Amino acid sequence: MAHEAVAADSQYNYDIIKRFAVMALVWGILGMFAGTYIAAELAFPFLNFDTPAITFGRLRPVHTTLVIFGFGGSALFATSYYVVQRTCQTPLSSNMLAGFTFWGWQASVLLGVLGYVNGYTQGREYAEFVWPIDLLITVTWVAYFYVYVTTLMRRSQPHIYVANWFYMSFILATAILHIVNNLAVPVSMFSLQSYSAFSGVQDAMTQWWYGHNAVGFFLTAAFLGMMYYFVPKQAGRPVYSYRLSIVHFWALAFLYMWVGAHHLHWTALPDWTSSLAATFSILLLMPSWGGMINGIMTLSGAWDKLRTDPIMLFLITSLAFYGMSTFEGPMMSLKSVNALSHYTDWTIGHVHSGTLGWVAMISFGSFYHMIPRLWDTRLWSKKLVYTHFWLATIGIVLYITAMWISGIGQGLMLRAFDDYGNLAYTFIESVSFMHVPLVTRMLGGIFFVAGILIMAFNVFMTIRTAKREQVEIEAKIAAKMAKVGA
Amino acid sequence: MPAWLQWMTSMEYSKPIALLIFFFTFIGILVYVFTGKKRKQRLESYKYIPFADDDVSDTEDEQGKSS
Repeated sequence: MAHEAVAADSQYNYDIIKRFAVMALVWGILGMFAGTYIAAELAFPFLNFDTPAITFGRLRPVHTTLVIFGFGGSALFATSYYVVQRTCQTPLSSNMLAGFTFWGWQASVLLGVLGYVNGYTQGREYAEFVWPIDLLITVTWVAYFYVYVTTLMRRSQPHIYVANWFYMSFILATAILHIVNNLAVPVSMFSLQSYSAFSGVQDAMTQWWYGHNAVGFFLTAAFLGMMYYFVPKQAGRPVYSYRLSIVHFWALAFLYMWVGAHHLHWTALPDWTSSLAATFSILLLMPSWGGMINGIMTLSGAWDKLRTDPIMLFLITSLAFYGMSTFEGPMMSLKSVNALSHYTDWTIGHVHSGTLGWVAMISFGSFYHMIPRLWDTRLWSKKLVYTHFWLATIGIVLYITAMWISGIGQGLMLRAFDDYGNLAYTFIESVSFMHVPLVTRMLGGIFFVAGILIMAFNVFMTIRTAKREQVEIEAKIAAKMAKVGA
Repeated sequence: MPAWLQWMTSMEYSKPIALLIFFFTFIGILVYVFTGKKRKQRLESYKYIPFADDDVSDTEDEQGKSS
């Protein structure tokens, strides 16, 4: 049975969580703005302004790095430090090392994006950081691992709550992925360039083993950790089935590592390898949906909360998108579907239904729950949370439907033949067809950015109100003390 | 080295062996999790851990005051 020992809030290190939470929002705004701008560039190429630093090729890794590592990474640091302290009822084992993880992570993100706009990249998707930054990330990650494990070891509970299992798997898997994928030999001690330790199809295989497991452990397992804590807390009732959460965890851990090769169908990779990856991708549907059902059924008997609680709307909608994208993913991993979908906008739409619908929405919901507690106050405006929710949801729907139309249309046009076996359409005809969906996608992005801007304003006002309340309380105490003294 | 051990240590067969180990370990986890009445009660009791640290603010309706 769970122990009843409770550590006082003041014992916890909330300062580090506050810093990560604020930076998550800062990077989120910048990253989503960069994404919307490059979406606009694809629809209206004149926006390149013939300036290399703001062309699609340079801004694209800026966008992915800021949203995945800046926003997502900082949100994970913040929530994992919050969850581990509150479920173990113990403070972080080392405030100094936790502080180091903050500066190490923020410096890596900042240096990375400054490098990209200036043309410094190692050209590995979602791992574009040049080798010195890779080393900084490694050191930061080891410190994170140490803080997390030693905090778990100091827990007051006999059992480690399942959310921590997901966070731990994310920390461990990310360490392995980061180190192996970035094995490289620098050109010289003072050069930012390096040669990968892998070559040819092995290099492609390594990159997608990294790429898909980054999706699996960074963007899925870790955010499931968030889900297993914040959904029950916000719903005010425990998770639907703890045993299902255990099976969910182990099934994901066993299956995910095998599926990366489905990104390399119809390439030089041996056929059996990508078939095996597709098979495991189909199997992954079961734990993914098991986890989704576990999260959604937590609200069983309290569905009315969806009418009155916008935070619950964020959390449950994120699970719906999780279910949708984890159905779409296995479907797209089938070789026959992939033959049409690969190299088209359908893939971009799929990625964003996962990242905007699942990752960003669960983070927003968790932040709306966590931030008032960190500053010991209440949210400044509930109405703005509703506004944010609808802007984000409409934005995602616009985005993914536009990408379905663009991608499936693109795939069909590029594979169409006339009666004589000639291509039915020229490449430029497919580009012309994509213009309207690309503009719609840009609008979807604008909706989403508007949403996070509103959230940032609401959070800013919440923090300002909290500080004002604190000053008032201190003034009252001082007045009382003065009265007693007189 | 015995022939069966030689077969197992061959890189060629490492993947099917890993698959079998993972598969049977997973079956073992399933059996462990879903059998035993006492174990069921114990495992399900852990889902209350996030509520063990409930403070006053958690019990209030704190979803905004300006709505």
